[in-house]
Parts: sequence; structure tokens; C-alpha cells
Amino acid sequence: MNVYIPILTLAGLAALFACFSVTMATFTGPKRYNRAKYDAYECGIEPTPQPVGGGKFPVKYYLTAMMFIIFDIEIVFLYPWAVYFDSLGLFGFLAMLLFLVNLTIPYVYEWRRGGLDWD
Amino acid sequence: MTPSAPVAFPDIQWLQLAPIIVVLGAAAIEVLVEAFAPRTSRRSIQIGLTFAALIVAFAIIVINAGTFQLVVAGSAAVDGPALFLQGAVVLTALLVALLMMERKVDPSGDAFAARASAMPGSEDERQFTARGYLQTEIWPLFLFCTGGMMLFLSANDLLLMFIGLEIMSLPLYLLAGMARRRRLLSQEAAMKYFLLGAFSSAFFLYGAALIYGFAGTVSFGGIADAVVGQSQMSGLLLGGIVLLCVGMFFKVAAVPFHEWAPDVYQGSPTPVTAYMAAGVKVAAFGAFLRLMYVAFGGEAWEWRPAFWVVAILTFFVGAMIGLAQSDIKRMLAYSSIAHAGFLLLGVMAVTPDSLSASMFYLLTYAIATVGAFGIVMLIRDDSGETTSLDAWRGLGRTHPLLATAFTIFLLSFAGIPLTAGFIGKFTLFASSAAAGEGWLVLLAVIASAIAAFFYLRVVVIMFFSDPVGSGPSVATPSWATQTTIVVALIVTVVLGLFPQAVLNIADHADVFVR
Repeated sequence: MNVYIPILTLAGLAALFACFSVTMATFTGPKRYNRAKYDAYECGIEPTPQPVGGGKFPVKYYLTAMMFIIFDIEIVFLYPWAVYFDSLGLFGFLAMLLFLVNLTIPYVYEWRRGGLDWD
Repeated sequence: MTPSAPVAFPDIQWLQLAPIIVVLGAAAIEVLVEAFAPRTSRRSIQIGLTFAALIVAFAIIVINAGTFQLVVAGSAAVDGPALFLQGAVVLTALLVALLMMERKVDPSGDAFAARASAMPGSEDERQFTARGYLQTEIWPLFLFCTGGMMLFLSANDLLLMFIGLEIMSLPLYLLAGMARRRRLLSQEAAMKYFLLGAFSSAFFLYGAALIYGFAGTVSFGGIADAVVGQSQMSGLLLGGIVLLCVGMFFKVAAVPFHEWAPDVYQGSPTPVTAYMAAGVKVAAFGAFLRLMYVAFGGEAWEWRPAFWVVAILTFFVGAMIGLAQSDIKRMLAYSSIAHAGFLLLGVMAVTPDSLSASMFYLLTYAIATVGAFGIVMLIRDDSGETTSLDAWRGLGRTHPLLATAFTIFLLSFAGIPLTAGFIGKFTLFASSAAAGEGWLVLLAVIASAIAAFFYLRVVVIMFFSDPVGSGPSVATPSWATQTTIVVALIVTVVLGLFPQAVLNIADHADVFVR
């Protein structure tokens, strides 16, 4: 049974921490309300109230974000690969090439479907 | 940053990995087709590519039969269970692809939205529909999902398993939200599935991290060694098992992690629901079996009590709440929850017999499920499918053939003799009893008797109640849906009458490589 005690302790600590931080925030946090503060997010798209019929919002946010993710992931793997290029050799080079080809596919898709047109 | 010695690279067993590579590669090519092919020819190219990839993959799986080895430095396994279940996934995918092709039952196109990005009920949407646009991105998404399933169930370490899980799930979240009719319900389903799915993935990852902390490796073989070699129970191991299981219980829709299933099944386009109920179940149980047998099999006495509780809850909740459903898709969702409960018997037994029985059960369940959803697609009114059970009243009088086919699928779910479902349940319960779970099998039999009642209730509604108004309106499908229903019907009956050949294959494939 002893082995379960750390798990229960961890669960208890987690619950305690959640309760503590929510409670403390309501008591100690500064309360300077203004218009922006009342928004659900302080930047970006207003989720509510929605205009009649849902309204329109610019989809470019999402396209830019998706493009960012494509290149972001690319960079995350390219740097370590470049640092260890010598020891990774031909296998590493081909693997990275394959990876880049695969990453180019969604990029090509976005480009051909007009994701890059900023009207 | 000192230059280090050249790293040794793993051999890549191309032939053994070929089924997965073919499917995922075809999916990538299909994305390029979306980018370059003209709109009018996209659909036929995508369908041709999809079927070609699935058939080639199935052929390679057959060629690879009998392979028993770890590939890519031990991170994936190509063994009997992996090949058997990959074959089941590809067969299911072929049948579901036929359902996705169907364009005749809905006057305005297939089961998917003309433009999934158009606001429901908007002028844009009306125009896209009037112009007959089709969202052909469903095909690459579908293939990515299939490839993910195949990877998921042959993964032999926690990292690759997680990647397989995500490749399988992410396209499904999208597909769930793309229904042509009742789009808000569909988008709600996608949102729920996505949020809860992401939540459960986080559980899985946390569990994987704890297990890595315990064993110092993510490979199943290494974890198994660490489990056997430990001198006293470790909290890291227990916590890891619990969290990994929560992630898996979510994917297979076991109680208490089942709440998403009825809503998501109801809202999704019916071919996608069929794939969720059949394909995901096969893949997730395949991976679950491998995880619990290979990595944590030596620890079975420690996690089995928790599985008792979950299994009993799952089959009783599935059977009892299923009784109260008035919507056919929700009813089938609770039926799939009950089936997940029965399959958990196979997971916790940890014997070769129960492994082969579980695989056979999964195959029969998946094929019958696709067939049943194929029929659900046909009962329609002006606003799309009418999933309310009232619309099925008197179907047996107006369309006896269709009602008989549906009855056979339901009887197979219920486990009535002469159907594949009976053989599946029988072998699974027998192997579980042989593994010493007699009283649990007894409870499972009681639950399946309750479940049989709600399946038979539908049969009674179809055959022994008067049609409402002019009776159920049934659309005439094209050859594609007809093929799916007929093939599923033949498999269900043949595996019920002459199961020995397939049972033998499953029996020969009853050991995981490690």
C-alpha cells in the first residue's frame, strides 16, 4: 500500500495548489477594471457578442499561424541537425531532405490554394 | 559542442514498413493533388489513389504474413497481431471509403459539406452547394487517419505510439465536423471530440513521461525488463500505468471516459462515424493489447483490479443506457461502448488465447459496424438522415431485404449463434474464463443479455410495428454502398458459419514480438 501514498500525496498537493492559487488570486490580485480588461481576450478576435448570423472575421490569423507552425517545426529540427551534421553523415542528410520535402507539401498546398494572397 | 564520433544508424526494413509507408505516402501525394489538379478531376484522382493505396497496402500485409521481428531499432513491431489488425484496419478502410464515395442517397452530393469553412446556413454555403462543390480534402485526411491507425497498433515504444495516436486522431477531429446536413451538430461533435481527445492525449503523454522516469527507456521491451527487475513497487510505474490507461480508455470509449462517444457519433457524417466505431476501435485495442501484454504484462496482478471495475462499468453502462436511446446512431454508440467493455476482458487476461480471441472479435465487430452504419445512411427524409428510431417503424414490411440485413448485423452485435459476433463473443469469453476470470465472464454474459434486448427492440420496431405515415423513406444507394453492405453481410454470416479459417489465422498470430 505504501507505494500509493506518493500518488495520493501528489494528487492532494495538486488539488491544494489549484484551490490555493484561485483563492489567492481573487484576494490579492489588483482590481483595475477597464473595457479591455472585461474582454475575454485582450487581443485578437472578439468572441462575443457575435453579430447576427455569426458575422465575419479575418481568416488570415489562422493561415499565418499555420504557416508559422510549418516553418517553426522545420527550424526546431534543422538547428540540432546542422550542429551535428558531421557525425550524422549521409543518412542524416537524406533523412533531413525527406523531412524537408514532407514539410514543403503543406506549404505548397497553402500557396496554391491562395493562402499567401493578402488581397 | 565537440564533434562526436559518427552515429550508428538503424537499418530500415522497408518491406516490413511498406504498408504504412504506402498509405501515408499516398496521403501526402493526395495533398499535392489538392494543390495542383483542377477542381473537376480532383475527386476521381483522389478516389483512385485512395483505393490503389489501400489495396497495395493490403497485398503487402499479406506478403509479410509470418513476419516476426522488431523494425527501425525496435521502435515498431511487425508480428502476427500487428499484421492481422493492420489487415483488419485496411479492410475496414476499404469498406468505409466506399461509403464516403456515395453520392446518390443525398440529392446535393456526398455526406460531406460542400465547403466545410462556409458558415452553416449562410448564402455562401447555399451557393457552394448549388454549384456542386465537393470537399475532396476528405480523402487525404482519411488516408492519414488510416496510416496513423496502422502505425498506432504496431508501435513498440511509447513515443511512436503517441505519434500514431495523433496521426490517427487529428484527421478524425476534422472529418467529424464536415457533415453536409445538420452542420451545427457536426461542428459541435468535432469540437467535443477535439477538446476531450487533446485532454486524453495529455494524460497519455504524462503517463509516458512517468514510465520513462521509472524505466529509463520508452521501448516496451525495456519497460517489461524494468518491471520484472524491480525490487519493490514504484509509484512512478503505477502512476504511469494509470495515466497511460486513462488515455487509452478514452480512445476506446470505456466508462467513465465514454461521455464523448454518443454525441460525437451522432453529429459526425455517418461514414466517419462508421470509421470511428470500427477502425478506431480496432487500432486502439490493438495498441492497448500490445501495451498491456508486452510492457506491463509482468505487472498484471497490480492493474487488473482497476480493469475489473472499468470493464464491469463499461459493459453495464453501455447496455443499460443503450436501452433508453431513441436515436439509432446514439444507440449504436452505446453498443460500441458495451463492446469495448467485453474487449477489456481480452486485454486484462494476458494470455495468447485471449489475444487471438480479441483480434477475431475486433474483426467481426468492425465489419458488422461498417455494414450497419451503411444502412443508417439510407433511411432519410428531406433534411437528411432520419436517425430517430420512429422513422424505422415498419421498415421490415416496406423494405424486407434491408431490414433483414440490419437485423443480421444487430444479431451479430448481440452475439446470437450463426453470426460472426457469436463466435467472437464465445471465443473471447471462453479464453477469459480459462484465464481465471469466471465471475467476470458471468457478469459479461448478463450484460450482453441486456444488450441483446435493445438490439432486438430495433428488430421489433422494424418488423412488428406499423409504419408511421407513408412509412420509412429509403434512398436507393449506388453500387458503392450496396457493395459495402453486401460484403459486410457476407463476412458476418460466413464468419458465423465457417469461422475456422480466420480463427486459425488469429491463433497463429497470437504472440507479440518483444
